[in-house]
Amino acid sequence: MLHIYCPHCRELREEEEFHAKGQAHIARPLDPDACTDKEWGEYLFFRKNPRGLHHEIWYHTAGCRKFFNLTRDTQTYEIKEIYKIGEQPEVTADKG
Amino acid sequence: MSQKNRLQSGGRIDRSKAVTFSYNGRRYKGYQGDTIASALLANGVDIVGRSFKYSRPRGIVAAGAEEPNAVLQLGATEATQVPNVRATQQELYDGLVCSATNGWPSVESDLMGVMGSIGGKMMPPGFYYKTFMYPQSMWPTYEKFIRKAAGLGRAPQERDQDAYDIMNQHCDLMVVGAGPAGLMAALTAGRSGARVIIADEQSEFGGHLLSSREQIGGKSAADWVADVVAELAKLRNVQMLPRSTVNGYHDHNFLTINENRTDYKGDKAPDGQVRQRMHRVRAHWVVLASGAHERPLVFGNNDVPGCMVASAVSTYLNRYGVVPGSKLVLMTTNDGAYQTALDWADAGREVVAVVDTRANPNGDLIAATRARGIKVITGSAVIDVKGKKRVSGVIVAAIDAKRDKVTGKPQQLGCDTVASSGGWSPVVHLSCHAGSRPVWNDDIIGFVPGPTIQKQLTAGGINGSYSLDKVLSEGIKAGQDAASRLGLSPAAVKLPNVRSVREGKPMALFHVPHTKPTSRAPKQFVDLQNDVTAAGIELATREGFEAIEHVKRYTAMGFGTDQGKLGNINGMAITAKVLGKTIPETGTTVFRPNYTPIAFGAIAGRNCKELFVPKRFSAMHKWHVEHGAEFEDVGQWKRPWFYPKAGETMQQALDRECKATRESVAILDASTLGKIDIQGKDAREFLGRVYTNAWAKLAIGKCRYGLMCGEDGMVFDDGVTSCLGDNHFLMTTTTGGAAHVLEWLEFYHQTEWPELEVYFTSVTDHWATMTISGPNSRKLLAELCDDIDLGKDSFKFMDWREGTVAGVPARVFRISFTGELSFEVNVQANYGLHVWEKLFEHGAKYNLTPYGTETMHILRAEKGFIIAGQDTDGSMTPIDLGMSWCVSNNKPFSYIGKRGMAREDCVRGQRKHLVGLKTKDPSVVLPEGAQAVADPKQPIPMDLLGHISSSYWSANLNRSIAMGFIKGGHDRMGETVYYPLADGRVIEAEICSPIFLDPKGERQNV
Amino acid sequence: MQRYSGFGLLKHSLSFHENWQRVWSNPTPKKKYDVIIIGGGGHGLATAYYLAKEHGITNVAVLEKGHLGGGNICRNTTIVRSNYLWDESAALYEHSMKLWEGLSQDLNYNQMFSQRGVYHTCHTLQDLRSNERLVNANRLQGIDNEMVYADQLQKEIPALDCSKDARYPVLGASVQRRGGNARHDAVAWGYARAADSLGVDLIQNCEVIGMEINDGKITGVKTKDYGVIKADRVGCVVAGNSGVLAKMAGFELPVESHPLQALVSEPIKPFLDTVVMSNHVHGYMSQSDKGDLVIGAGIDGWVGYGQRGSYGIIEHTIQAIVELFPLTSRVRMNRQWGGIVDTCPDASPIISETPVKNLFFNCGWGTGGFKGTPGSGNLFAYTLAHGKPHPIAEPFSYYRFHTGALIDEHGAAGVAH
Repeated sequence: MLHIYCPHCRELREEEEFHAKGQAHIARPLDPDACTDKEWGEYLFFRKNPRGLHHEIWYHTAGCRKFFNLTRDTQTYEIKEIYKIGEQPEVTADKG
Repeated sequence: MSQKNRLQSGGRIDRSKAVTFSYNGRRYKGYQGDTIASALLANGVDIVGRSFKYSRPRGIVAAGAEEPNAVLQLGATEATQVPNVRATQQELYDGLVCSATNGWPSVESDLMGVMGSIGGKMMPPGFYYKTFMYPQSMWPTYEKFIRKAAGLGRAPQERDQDAYDIMNQHCDLMVVGAGPAGLMAALTAGRSGARVIIADEQSEFGGHLLSSREQIGGKSAADWVADVVAELAKLRNVQMLPRSTVNGYHDHNFLTINENRTDYKGDKAPDGQVRQRMHRVRAHWVVLASGAHERPLVFGNNDVPGCMVASAVSTYLNRYGVVPGSKLVLMTTNDGAYQTALDWADAGREVVAVVDTRANPNGDLIAATRARGIKVITGSAVIDVKGKKRVSGVIVAAIDAKRDKVTGKPQQLGCDTVASSGGWSPVVHLSCHAGSRPVWNDDIIGFVPGPTIQKQLTAGGINGSYSLDKVLSEGIKAGQDAASRLGLSPAAVKLPNVRSVREGKPMALFHVPHTKPTSRAPKQFVDLQNDVTAAGIELATREGFEAIEHVKRYTAMGFGTDQGKLGNINGMAITAKVLGKTIPETGTTVFRPNYTPIAFGAIAGRNCKELFVPKRFSAMHKWHVEHGAEFEDVGQWKRPWFYPKAGETMQQALDRECKATRESVAILDASTLGKIDIQGKDAREFLGRVYTNAWAKLAIGKCRYGLMCGEDGMVFDDGVTSCLGDNHFLMTTTTGGAAHVLEWLEFYHQTEWPELEVYFTSVTDHWATMTISGPNSRKLLAELCDDIDLGKDSFKFMDWREGTVAGVPARVFRISFTGELSFEVNVQANYGLHVWEKLFEHGAKYNLTPYGTETMHILRAEKGFIIAGQDTDGSMTPIDLGMSWCVSNNKPFSYIGKRGMAREDCVRGQRKHLVGLKTKDPSVVLPEGAQAVADPKQPIPMDLLGHISSSYWSANLNRSIAMGFIKGGHDRMGETVYYPLADGRVIEAEICSPIFLDPKGERQNV
Repeated sequence: MQRYSGFGLLKHSLSFHENWQRVWSNPTPKKKYDVIIIGGGGHGLATAYYLAKEHGITNVAVLEKGHLGGGNICRNTTIVRSNYLWDESAALYEHSMKLWEGLSQDLNYNQMFSQRGVYHTCHTLQDLRSNERLVNANRLQGIDNEMVYADQLQKEIPALDCSKDARYPVLGASVQRRGGNARHDAVAWGYARAADSLGVDLIQNCEVIGMEINDGKITGVKTKDYGVIKADRVGCVVAGNSGVLAKMAGFELPVESHPLQALVSEPIKPFLDTVVMSNHVHGYMSQSDKGDLVIGAGIDGWVGYGQRGSYGIIEHTIQAIVELFPLTSRVRMNRQWGGIVDTCPDASPIISETPVKNLFFNCGWGTGGFKGTPGSGNLFAYTLAHGKPHPIAEPFSYYRFHTGALIDEHGAAGVAH
């Protein structure tokens, strides 16, 4: 069971308080109507799904109700970093 | 019966406290401090079970969690039955009732055993894959017989009356195992100031020291343990959990511990106590000091009762004062096991011989053994065992282990007990739970924990360190390491003096050769519980099952309740030998939680029944109960479903409720609808983005219905949102969807549009909501409300007003889900019951009638209003629902759902549309879920047009009504479709508008 | 192929079982194949078998990075049913069901396929409506499925608590009596043995580390130990690892890989003779022929390749089981494990062409993979043989996530498992 640091509450809390919301940094297209069906479909459904580092959004459902990002290794489940919405990850696959 | 194998003195049992227990219906005596196993051995009971496949008699082999055979049914009453209790771990108590789990007519003389010895030849591993196939129709019959043989113990047939609980804990250091290493680690870390939890599965701390005759620091091992335990007990930062098995070691240093709180007192927990407790522990650091299990050797007929693991024999002797036989033959590959021969001789019984597989063993213990005059046969092994229900002798022969051959002439020795030791296997189980794989260590001939990202340290036997001084010093070091990693200054702990023993090199032998090839030799068991033999493993590899996982699965090795604690390493070694590989090349072994089995009840804790999921009630719940409401579960809520009067059927109640609404006035408790308070200067803009319709112009005091879609354009929720102020709105959602909608709003605000200033708060529980509906609703409300002008023109449909109702502040919304003149009164929740009762006081003269969710469903269906979740399933756009009136394509912002609705598949023709359906025979009500076809006579599979989503008898219309989906339905008004039902009826219905009553909406505008 | 039968067992017992043939050989891969199948799990092996048997294509290699049948085929709860809601899924799973019926004889390998009935319990009025809709659809689709209500259900499943004092009392259930369980390992091994005997090369310990793609067309795969192996067509059937393989081919999939956990109790005497699934209280259970209660837990909400999930899911599942079957309170949980399931947004699989010519993917089975094994292999074999999908597989195109023609099984009946 994951132990997750909420950057808003500034505490390590049990996974049960949180809700995983999937891949982070998927921006909603600014002009959806200009998207093709393919582009819209990819925005909606297509995901990186990496084995290794994954940047993902979590929601502190039973806590502060705030969203935040974290970088997690999907193989070892190790959480490498926590960062707020709008920020960029420091730990990335290309940086090793 | 006397305890014929009980020694006069010694052991940790309390001879002053005799207890009586029953096994297989016979009464026996034992002492407090015994396990069932030690007491059975004391009483000379040899057979504790019949083997799973061959029904061979089986006896006690081990003394702890690794025991494969002594798995019993426990329980004196039906409700307290416990299946598969390990006799080696269950403490004895007075009145304990247990029995073997199979064998017919009895475990002593089992008829299946006869079958087993004949049929066994036809039951090599995987035999069931190769037979029972023909004819195809016979499989269920074959299976009936196979299932008859299934299982060990049985589940109780009455409900468990005991309670279980769960405790969440945090600590600096979790020490797993309270043997010498664990005790030292806990003591060191404890003295350093760390918050420590130390848990051990046994009733007392001490681990193998409890059965040791060693001296530590000049004291007996037992006294030394007692002193350490006494000091730990004084440390307030140390929590000691005996009878507590750490069963799982999960990611991020999360551990689960199953604490057995009362099983040692009886099969039912004393009143007021919980039977077992699960500790869920989050530890900064963990020291695994889980020790090691001794491996038995694999040799012919090594399952005959009387064959035991060497250290278990010592445990029974030293800890329980039980000598489990008269004449011992000990077979070993290492020096350590000689201690068992010495212990046996000290108990005054005969050691026939020690058979050492090594040619020239020469350690201290061997010298001591020889000095006692005990015969030591070297370079030899026990290759076969004589006897059926108890060992009567062994065949010993010289072997060449390298060439896997018997080299000498076999000779027979008479004995009744065979102890064997093939060395030790570190208990690495917990270290594997979070994905780490153990690694083979040739020096210790075993697997040790592999690299891990867990904050884990190890000490003692788990590292393959078996000498007592090494174990103790590793414990101290682990405690100090933990302390310094925790930022504490590690306390100094002196390593106590212990006897130093010179040991020779152990031999890596797992499978003893026989004069015959393995396939023809007597059965050589590897996994006793699952009847896996060396021949079976050879066969598996011969058939191509060469990966260790294949071998395990094909033979079922390690899949028993002991999870292969004794057998897995031997099995791997045999596999490696057959394949001509090393053990590490053959693979590794992975263990998964649980270390030992845990009762479901303990894992569930108190979270069943009432506490399974919390129940939510409205403020008026008490009134509903008092007035005979039947309830419907909606999410966590208990909602009144309908209010039957005495003698009424459900339909009669619904007819009455429906008519009352349209003829006079009725009231619904609508408190459960989700309510979200939305504020901020951009609240209006935000609404425009998340709803499909326009919100720019909604004035203060006005309400509007909205549909919410996903980015895919599919409707997922709906509700009315009211403008309370320029920057202030109140959104309502469906009862079940409230939490999801709130998360949805927050998600878009926080991640997509943080620049919008808007705030959301759930206020569902703050308000009691009652919908007063019907032509007399205005008159009734007027009697209780004098500060709102309820007049037709001053308080219009889709307006809301603030005022006072029944003396309390209220928000009144003139909205309608029934199509009648309706007022939805919202008051602070704790005034809800007061206002509700006042309404009934005044409503009697109007025949004010309470109605529940079912009537609400009927009334709204008469008006063709959808219920999100019932008339939608995530695959319908607003257009499909015929609600294009609720979609605005003129909004500047591309609201959520807009682009999705425009995808190729969403704009094609022949999508399923929501329509009304009128049965040709108005008295027939279509069942919900019925499927429409154009031609009921077409062959199966039929072309399905769509299903009925809502269907009712409408008392007001005096006919049935239904809403449902039809392919291209909006363009097929007036056409006929057919609904073939399970009972053979085909119901004919006409496609129509879903608005069955008052299409112009006049009734709500009065 | 050495034929298996009871008589054979008797015969071999006389020679101490020393003469059983290998169930598969361990060939060295050739330089080139007509078809390479990546993934030696249940679906991949079934694909190979049907390619050889039904399409006569035997110059086929199955490349497996570990051992055969070592993925989800050995980590599931062995439930087989075909009572899916939408016409497309119903046709797919019923195609599979028909192959299950008779598979033991077809493969000459006992699949221990027991049609003991699969029940979906209903705990709310909406549950009842969903299941009634499903039952009505299935009957007209030619799939057996029927409703039973609480009193009758209690008689059919004595251990199930159908009383009113449960938190969510059981109101009824839909039951597919042709549904049931099969023996998971037997499926993989049976297909492997049969494919091998038809000439398919099953290559174990052969990890694919790259794709040979030129001008948008695949010509072979790069392996860790055997270099490049060429192929005219490549089919990728790697379940949880689909995303990793897709990345090698240069595209993303509408798939996420999640841990899916399961657990077993200790073996107990016969307790439950059917499969019971409750979507509402989140638990499902059957009992194996060995006596273990086999219990499925939920999917963890996050991407995970570790073959393990969170304890909280196990805990909640056990609560649900004790709620449904109070008599299990004193039964003990033996072991838990996890698989990696590749889930599509609509809970339906992808059996499809891809943006790379001659490269086909079969993935996204989520929790439906085991029951789908024969059908999946059969239809994917057709796809690989013809270079275009079988009509039943056509709706399960990768491109439906562009057009929006989803086959939304979890939204529809709420029965994703």
